[in-house]
Amino acid sequence: MRLHLLALLAKEPAHGYELKQALEQTFGSAYPSPNIGQIYVTLGRLEKDGLVRAVDVEQSNRPNKKVYYLTAKGREVLEIWVDEPTEGPRVRDEFFMKLVLAPLTGIADRMALISRQRRHYLSLMSDLNELLSRTPPADRVATLLIEGAMLHLQADLDWLERCQEDLA
Amino acid sequence: MNAVVRTVNLVKIYQDGAVPVPAVRGVDLQVQPGEFVAVMGPSGSGKSTLVHMLGGLDTRTSGEIWLDGKRVDTLSESAWALLRRKKIGFVFQFFNLVANMTVGDNVELPALLSGASPKVARRRRESLLAALNLTDRADAAPAQLSGGEQQRVALARALANEPALLLADEPTGNLDSRNTRDVLRLLGDVHKDGQTIVMVTHDARVASLADRVVSLFDGEIVDDGRITRRRTGTAGEVIDLR
Repeated sequence: MRLHLLALLAKEPAHGYELKQALEQTFGSAYPSPNIGQIYVTLGRLEKDGLVRAVDVEQSNRPNKKVYYLTAKGREVLEIWVDEPTEGPRVRDEFFMKLVLAPLTGIADRMALISRQRRHYLSLMSDLNELLSRTPPADRVATLLIEGAMLHLQADLDWLERCQEDLA
Repeated sequence: MNAVVRTVNLVKIYQDGAVPVPAVRGVDLQVQPGEFVAVMGPSGSGKSTLVHMLGGLDTRTSGEIWLDGKRVDTLSESAWALLRRKKIGFVFQFFNLVANMTVGDNVELPALLSGASPKVARRRRESLLAALNLTDRADAAPAQLSGGEQQRVALARALANEPALLLADEPTGNLDSRNTRDVLRLLGDVHKDGQTIVMVTHDARVASLADRVVSLFDGEIVDDGRITRRRTGTAGEVIDLR
């Protein structure tokens, strides 16, 4: 979340709620809405680390609001993040551990584990299909995010099939 | 109500070489009217053989096949051909379109063969081509089309006779994601209208449209259950943007 907020602040200064809205507008309904409390906590930490600075803006009849802007140090950190190669996705390995270890204890059958997991993935995929059909194609960011999730799930299913061929 | 498909201890053993190779080993499967069943499993698990037998494209070694309450595994080849025209639509991984007919005629022909009037067949052709974004390709020859377009034509053709049963073997094997979207939409629509579908697929997007997934392994059904719909998720359940 830290770097997402720095990136948004590099565009223009904003207060916490504006940042929440900007994230929601960018990623659409395809991504869980960020928690406003978490945004304020993160902004507080960024301020403490000197990456952003806050100025109080007076509002009539309301408490002052804090508008945050990026510092030179914040921009440096952001640039390093952008320039670095990004680690690949974490493979969801919890199921694989189950698949390898559970049968050793005699409490589970591999074929049953694989079948249940396959149905779970298909159920997730069915959700994504539905989400995609509700997403206007013009919403490129949300569409690509859903398609990315679908491709990951397809890989999970293909891997499941390989496990079935070799382990079951 | 009769099951659209019912098999009883269905077995297929290939006897090509010296050693008999069992492909399907005792499958009992029932598909109810309007059901969409995805058949999944590793290659060599017997999926294609099973679906080919259901369409009469491969003979069984033993066991029974019933379609719409009628026993069909004992039919002659010509009786099968007649039954397919009337009741079955088939989509293959390779499209098997008639090369010297236009795209439109490829789609219209099965409707005519099944006994539809020319007017009805024409209407069916036009609505299917439109649903698959192929209207402006109607006068082209199949060879002028991309793989994805040919696959969509093959699906339109399989649906042209309004079959009691749609059988498909990897129908999205050649489609990119945009083409897949059209095919998914049409499959979803015809299924909603009550089309019974049995489909072999590796494509999780297609399989997830099904009501039920049947998993084969080594020629046997190892899992048969419904796909639950949750309608709660976001892509965030699969991709965590950190």
